[in-house]
Amino acid sequence: MLIELRDVNKTYNNGQPLHVLKGINLSIDKGEFVSIMGASGSGKSTLLNILGILDNYDTGEYYIDGRLIKGLSEKQAAAYRNSMIGFIFQSFNLIGFKTAVENVELPLFYQGVSRQKRHQMAMQYLDRLGLADWASHYPNEMSGGQKQRVAIARALITNPKIILADEPTGALDSKTSEEVMQLLGQLNREEGVTIIVVTHESGVANCTDKIVHIKDGIIGRIEDNRLHKASVFGTSTIMK
Amino acid sequence: MRDIFTEIWESIRRNKLRTALTGFAVSWGIFMLIVLLGAGNGLMNSFMRGSEGFATNSVEVGGGWTSMPYDGLKAGRRIRLDEGDITITAGELFDQNVDEVTASVSTSATVSLKDKSFSASIEGCFPTIQDMEKIEVRYGRFINQADIKGLRKVVVMPESAAENLLKRGTGTETLIGQYINVGNLAYKVVGITKSDRMRGNNQLYAPFTTVKTVYGKGEEVGTISFTTKGLTTEKANEAFEKQYKSAINLRHRASPDDERAIWVWNRAHQDVQMNQGRNILQTALWIIGIFTLLGGIVGVSNIMLITVKERTHEFGIRKAIGATPWDITKLILAESVSITAFFGYLGMLLGMLTCTLLDKTLGQSTITVMDEQIAMLVNPGVGLDVALEATLVLIVAGTLAGFFPARRAFQVRPIEALRAE
Repeated sequence: MLIELRDVNKTYNNGQPLHVLKGINLSIDKGEFVSIMGASGSGKSTLLNILGILDNYDTGEYYIDGRLIKGLSEKQAAAYRNSMIGFIFQSFNLIGFKTAVENVELPLFYQGVSRQKRHQMAMQYLDRLGLADWASHYPNEMSGGQKQRVAIARALITNPKIILADEPTGALDSKTSEEVMQLLGQLNREEGVTIIVVTHESGVANCTDKIVHIKDGIIGRIEDNRLHKASVFGTSTIMK
Repeated sequence: MRDIFTEIWESIRRNKLRTALTGFAVSWGIFMLIVLLGAGNGLMNSFMRGSEGFATNSVEVGGGWTSMPYDGLKAGRRIRLDEGDITITAGELFDQNVDEVTASVSTSATVSLKDKSFSASIEGCFPTIQDMEKIEVRYGRFINQADIKGLRKVVVMPESAAENLLKRGTGTETLIGQYINVGNLAYKVVGITKSDRMRGNNQLYAPFTTVKTVYGKGEEVGTISFTTKGLTTEKANEAFEKQYKSAINLRHRASPDDERAIWVWNRAHQDVQMNQGRNILQTALWIIGIFTLLGGIVGVSNIMLITVKERTHEFGIRKAIGATPWDITKLILAESVSITAFFGYLGMLLGMLTCTLLDKTLGQSTITVMDEQIAMLVNPGVGLDVALEATLVLIVAGTLAGFFPARRAFQVRPIEALRAE
């Protein structure tokens, strides 16, 4: 198993203790295309943060590729995030004063890759996502779909074990949303990238092969969706 | 390295005005520091020039009053130096440390020429005093050995004194060869020396033997001057003085420990004091300068804090994609040091330029004190050592300025940073 969560608990202690994750058990295999679905407040964002080593958990165990991720220093966590995880955010989270290609280069910069090599690699990835012509443009000169594709290129460039997408279509219109989801599906199918999408949109979840329903901090149903028929609305398009 | 500078440049470019304003404060601080130190140096150089007239290893000794009873004699007795003291000073006892010895005896008299007169002190001296006190002869000559031997009635006077005897606008050299009245006797003027504010204007030099004989001084000697050798440290000077005092004191039946029986004016001490004064002045100027600079540093620290706050979200992104806390800290510190160093250097250059300007203007102007022209500032400016020290201060200051903002950037957790707007 690539990802293994065993009885993971997380409580926020901001005045009133809030038990957000109440014993999560989840396994995700290499090459899977999974969505985690839940309403707001269900704990799905917390789960994603823990999966992405952005947040820590109180009890339980979390393994990536057999490696226990627990009690890491910020430095170790940064190194793991850099090498094992690629993030795609709802609001793209590109750095505004850097061009598309510079944004894509950034994870390699923190790996200490030489300037020339990382530029070359970034250009390759942008080209694969059809953005070679936009390489020297700044994020505010691009459309939402283009920005998200730059973000995907940035997530892919370190060849991570997992791609974590947090509401990747949340800021996009339905047509672009569909394009982005198709792109993710294509990456999963053709290159075997493991992708976990967190969403509250059933249409988006329907694009994935497996849907994990989370409610009140507990995993409910795990739906096999290889036929992509989970949502009555999702069969043909993504409803906005 | 290049990547870091690119990042810094990108950050500064986005906040040009803010950076420039804060940079100005840093420039101003360093500018003040350099100008203050430069002007201070100029002032000290001017003082030093004033005291250049004396050999730093010269010692002057004179008689005083005893301050403690000794050998059956009461305290408060007048001690007058005499020729025996010269013999001791020049003798074997102090052979190790005493180089050249000269003595003088003085009296006061009214000096007049035709209708002009002034009261003066006549110092009977030996030719050797000219070297020891670096007396500069303008016209004519100084007292020579023949004057001493022949008990000649000749005088050498400073320019300022000569002017008192002459009509306005008459050159002082016209006085050479003329006879002037000193008390009731006629003396021939043989030399004119450069005025010296350290010695006073109304001091005339005459042969030692003449003054002693004419004014009935007997064995008495006014002051003994000598140059020392081999006294390199303050301690050695003090030990020598103690030994010297006790020897002279005992000759006059005064307690060897009596500090006041004779007075000893060792210029070596004055030199040390001058250096101490210089150090104090310099320290004071550094403190003022650094406090001025502090304003700039706080400014840099402030904008770095704002920068960190503004860029928190960006740092969150960076951390999410693999930047370690140190990567972020490095960015902030480097930016802080760069801003401080760049503007600091600008200020330093301007400060040095101003010092050059000071040299060209104030450095050339003089003020007249006691008939002598004194340059107010001599070679104002700072040396390479100060420039290097200031550089060090700038780097430390930049690091300090960046420290708290950088720590904040270090501590913020990626998940919180990503949520920040």
